[in-house]
Amino acid sequence: MTNFKQAIGVFVVASTVAMGAVADPVDDTLVLNEETTIVTRTAAPAHVADALDEVMSGWLFRGTETRAMQADDFDNPGMIFVEQAEDTWNTAEGTEGKSCADCHGASDEMAGVRPTFPKWNDAAEEVFTLEMQINDCRENRMGAEKWKYTGGDMVNMTALLASVSRGMPVDVAIDGPAQSTWEDGKELYYTRTGQLELSCANCHEDSYGLMIRADHLSQGQINGFPVYRLKNTKLNAVHDRFKGCIRDTRAETYSPGSPEFVALELYVASRGNGLSVEGPAVRN
Amino acid sequence: MAKGVKPRVKVPKKAAAGEAITIKTLISHKMESGQRKDDDGNVIPRSIINRFTCDFNGENVIDVTLEPAISTNPYLEFEATVPEAGEFKFTWYDDDGSVYEESKQIAIG
Repeated sequence: MTNFKQAIGVFVVASTVAMGAVADPVDDTLVLNEETTIVTRTAAPAHVADALDEVMSGWLFRGTETRAMQADDFDNPGMIFVEQAEDTWNTAEGTEGKSCADCHGASDEMAGVRPTFPKWNDAAEEVFTLEMQINDCRENRMGAEKWKYTGGDMVNMTALLASVSRGMPVDVAIDGPAQSTWEDGKELYYTRTGQLELSCANCHEDSYGLMIRADHLSQGQINGFPVYRLKNTKLNAVHDRFKGCIRDTRAETYSPGSPEFVALELYVASRGNGLSVEGPAVRN
Repeated sequence: MAKGVKPRVKVPKKAAAGEAITIKTLISHKMESGQRKDDDGNVIPRSIINRFTCDFNGENVIDVTLEPAISTNPYLEFEATVPEAGEFKFTWYDDDGSVYEESKQIAIG
């Protein structure tokens, strides 16, 4: 009987190792709408070169059908929310009676904005995420009410701004005034949290390409955010994803929009410098 | 009346005569099943797209009856043979009596 149990133990270990090999990122190229080629794999930026050789989009870790869904705007359910945000973009709100379009013009003139966020804001003297910038515009330029940080209106608008920058490389600045925030984010990335004592790096740096239970571990890149997730059929903001990950380590999480998550977003975004903006991406 | 309803259709711009083409359609609609209750326990009335049709130059291609179990934003994909140049006409029928229409030209070439 004892021998039998041991034999089972050996078998389980062997099969786990075999499955790990299966979950490697696929060798595939993402071309959106048969015209925009997306960089899903590129040399790691200098500041993460000691940890990774290559940075890879989460797209490479997803199944064939999920990958295909993202390749065509008609099939990508996230684009419905982009269209809703397009209506919001052109709708005047607040005491100033202005819409986004009144200052910024057409939404596609915002191409190139998403790749540089989060970035330092001189007036506020802190690092601004895209969400903070949007709310700053709403409060101070439109005289409108702030949106909830990860609410539907907000996540739709960030999806619109990401969609017009698709194909452009993520390029967040980590030096200058943003450097201390970036370093805070780096520290969080490597800090173990929760009862499981896991840091971001334990899964997404040390173990990407392996299975975590039934799922493929990616590098945790955020170039595809906001992402449409098949599991909850809506767009998900990056801070909500951070929250989910930290919760899964069985820790008390930070709140979306908190200074900790802003710092973490800057750091994680910088790990994907060079990957194309993909948002709204489709994930499991 | 259901809010934010917007039909979308994807049809190739041209096809060879007699070729079977793939048509994709999507309409944003909440597809409230009529089975759910709100916070006060009252039944939320059913509000769905109950019928979808596609015609080509007046000839019916497909006529679909949709039921309450169909999810939000119903997506229908089907193939159609194109014998000649013409126009595909798509029609969605809402429970509230609204009719949403969309049409697409296709050329032979």
